[in-house]
Amino acid sequence: MARSLKKGPFVDEKLLKKINAMNEGGKKQVIKTWSRRSMITPEFVGHTLAVHNGNKFIPVFIYENMVGHKLGEFAPTRIFRMHSGDRKV
Amino acid sequence: MARIAGIDIPRNKKVPYSLSYIYGIGPTTGFKICEEAKVDPEARVEDLSEDQVTALRTAITDLGIIVEGESRTTVSMNVKRLKDIGSYKGLRHRRGMPVNGQRTKTNARTRKGRKRTVGLGKSTVDKKG
Repeated sequence: MARSLKKGPFVDEKLLKKINAMNEGGKKQVIKTWSRRSMITPEFVGHTLAVHNGNKFIPVFIYENMVGHKLGEFAPTRIFRMHSGDRKV
Repeated sequence: MARIAGIDIPRNKKVPYSLSYIYGIGPTTGFKICEEAKVDPEARVEDLSEDQVTALRTAITDLGIIVEGESRTTVSMNVKRLKDIGSYKGLRHRRGMPVNGQRTKTNARTRKGRKRTVGLGKSTVDKKG
């Protein structure tokens, strides 16, 4: 079920604060974040965020049409390395 | 004969269901179109007058329903967007796996296609052949 519009998009406070500070200062820097649950809002566009995938940080450059997705969608948590019998295909 | 939105000619069915043969229109939209065009949803396509058919056509455009080719392009554009931004959903589309978090231990045959046997079974077949 979709989130109620009344509440607006969810973004972790801490992350939003850092992004806003970067927008005001006009400098760009990679921000490490564990907040995979945060929705990408228009303020994020043009920044690079290092999103944690449970193991390491995956650098994600935010494009305009990523707005509305969650950060976690861009840092896969599972790696698929073939089934044992797949060797020759 | 009723030609609506290109080449679809569904006959001898009730109008809303007949309309659902057009890509982009299901039963629900079919009924909505009937309501807009003031056509009895119980009527069959073969009994419609020419005026009623044109009314259906205009109803489709008036309601802003995207059908056939246009609808197909919007769908593929949406998929392409997901692929381009490198999201998890796009990844699943690229791999031909189910996108909405369904189980893949069993089933998921619509997306994955016909069953390919892997593992020991295959290697023995290889040796014989």
